[in-house]
Amino acid sequence: MPKPRQLAPLDGEEQRLYYELLLGDRCPDPISKGAPCHPWTKEENPLPNVNEISFFLEQAGVGLGREETQRTFLALKQLVDSQELLRCRLWGKILGIESNYYIAEVEGKELDEEEEEQPDRTEEEQKDADTDDKEENAVPQSTYKPPPVVPKETVGTGANKFLYYVCKEPGLPWIKLPSVTPAQIDVSRQIRKLFTGRLEAPVKSYPPFPGNEANYLRAQIARISAGTHVSPQGFFLIMEEEDDEEGEPLQDSYDVNPDFEGIPVSEMAESLSTWVHHVQHILPQGRCTWLNLSMKPSEDIDEDEDMEEAEEEPDEPEPEVGPPLLTPLSQDAELFNTPPWTSKMSSTLTSVHAIAVLRSNLWQGGHAYASGKKFENIYVGWGVKSAGDGFSPSVPPTPLKEYVGDEEITEVPDPTPRDERELAEALVAAQEEMEGSDREDESDDDY
Amino acid sequence: MDADSLHYSLELVAGSGNILNTEHRTALQTSLLILRKNYKFNRVLFWGKIMGIKEDYFIAQGRGDDELKDKKNLYSFNCMDWFLLPPATIPMIEEVSKAATGRFMGDASHVYENTILKKVGDEDEVEEELVKTTEEHRLAVTIHLIDDESSVIPRGAFIKNPHGFVQVNRCFEGLTESQAAKLDSFLHFRDPKTLKKKSLLELSELNQTIDFLDLLTDDVPKGMWSLQFENANKVLILRCLLWLGMTFYHVPMTPQHGYIYIGDGVRNLDLSFML
Repeated sequence: MPKPRQLAPLDGEEQRLYYELLLGDRCPDPISKGAPCHPWTKEENPLPNVNEISFFLEQAGVGLGREETQRTFLALKQLVDSQELLRCRLWGKILGIESNYYIAEVEGKELDEEEEEQPDRTEEEQKDADTDDKEENAVPQSTYKPPPVVPKETVGTGANKFLYYVCKEPGLPWIKLPSVTPAQIDVSRQIRKLFTGRLEAPVKSYPPFPGNEANYLRAQIARISAGTHVSPQGFFLIMEEEDDEEGEPLQDSYDVNPDFEGIPVSEMAESLSTWVHHVQHILPQGRCTWLNLSMKPSEDIDEDEDMEEAEEEPDEPEPEVGPPLLTPLSQDAELFNTPPWTSKMSSTLTSVHAIAVLRSNLWQGGHAYASGKKFENIYVGWGVKSAGDGFSPSVPPTPLKEYVGDEEITEVPDPTPRDERELAEALVAAQEEMEGSDREDESDDDY
Repeated sequence: MDADSLHYSLELVAGSGNILNTEHRTALQTSLLILRKNYKFNRVLFWGKIMGIKEDYFIAQGRGDDELKDKKNLYSFNCMDWFLLPPATIPMIEEVSKAATGRFMGDASHVYENTILKKVGDEDEVEEELVKTTEEHRLAVTIHLIDDESSVIPRGAFIKNPHGFVQVNRCFEGLTESQAAKLDSFLHFRDPKTLKKKSLLELSELNQTIDFLDLLTDDVPKGMWSLQFENANKVLILRCLLWLGMTFYHVPMTPQHGYIYIGDGVRNLDLSFML
């Protein structure tokens, strides 16, 4: 275990800022009702107050048990001490067959540029190896171009907005999960698999999953976050960015609303329009922002023939649009005849201090609670989406039919021996006729 | 799990993610005791919770002289007022399996309807038949099926006395750690089905007082059970993957064991795809 980094002593300016923050709206004591409280609003210390969260979650009927939560809290502290993090949050727990995963959602201070460089290096190495082979043996190259791969979103945006660390048991080292690619999200939508508990285990499925269990876990985490992370309406506000080429505000950044007053708990428990999604919806393409993959016609034109083909190309694919950020839950689609959310108060006997609890019916194990100015989301479950009455896996595609086309390729049955004999006799007869006529001609000429 | 051990055993199964509110726990403490006195049960178990869309059902089970056969199930919405469920009979099971689909509603009087096509006699005519069932019946049948397919006890925890009654073994001191790590130390707590198919050689090795139930390892599909040590290796947890939400716990070297179901009451039919 690396030694935890020592925090640098605060210089004069930082100290002033620190004290200013305390004297203003922010209260040092998180339990008292100061400014809107959420782990993300605390910039001084990224460690979340897991004890407070588990107190509220216990009222909601969700949780890991007192000792287990305390151990998870200590493990999170270990994570925060070992890395430089802006924010850290307990995302939840995913159960597996051999062991379980405890997941922490963090926002790091530095972007991971090293990760992006490494795959490029491996590609260059492969290209060098290929050119060597080409020089030795001229192997005919196939003209097949695979469909363009949708590039993954950069770290810090869209589905890769946060980094995730997992550990099997609080106390074991935290392992960072890789970023998610749109192809992985696409396939994870079509398969239904339980987790074994080993990150390097292969995921055997059809369609084949591009990656191992760590990638599958990351893809499910992205889907669950997009589907079940909700907050009270008004807690977050969209930040509008003015410098934009397209002229439309980019709706993927939001910030805590300092004027949030808190919605009464009874209202939150009754209507779904008081809750909003604060994680971007993942489009069918697998990303949060749509990317047009069709190549421009000018690049394809080489000859006149290609020019004609380019004109006949169908219109560019329509951009995929999803519900914008901060849409209320009342607009969530209903799948399999069940409402997507169940909301209730945590207690009917002592409703004065009760909290509003929201439970997802699509992702079983996804819970959210809200009480005054505080809220939190958590997921404790198996990591699979409800499939209604039954899950039908995708069927492999039908085998391709034979190529129908030129006469040169079309098969013709071989001639039978009788046909060959007849043909030979006909040829011989034709030749004799020709010889006979030649001799007659010759004899005519002689005379 | 036993009503007497509820306050500490709920902590042991909390690893599955669902715990009970403090309010419900206190209500259960008194109401289960009252239930035992009123219905004259030998012991009362808190069986679990079935989550419906609007409301959740809390289920309690009372056991009589024969633990395997004298079982009565009761349900409640607030852990205080309990209603008796009818015992699940075979026609009721058939009716529920034809009519009830989807999740539990949360309303005990909700009626499920389903039209099924039925052939009339030998002709090719097909007749539509409307099958109905109430949520109460569905609840009774679901509890019976969950008990039948996924209730677990450690080997030696229950004995069959000479009269044929199945009773709690007061001399059970718990499995050792190495025994607990193997799946074949656990038995299904139901009328045995696969036991009769064993060969005579295997049957001769069994102890008739404690080995009168099916082994978990005889279950199909094979990977149906997830065996883990949780809570810093203190508790053994068995989770059933066919009924997601069924958790069995056992603390090795102590007689503490029990099971609880907290889930949506729907069988996981996709298990073969998910393993």
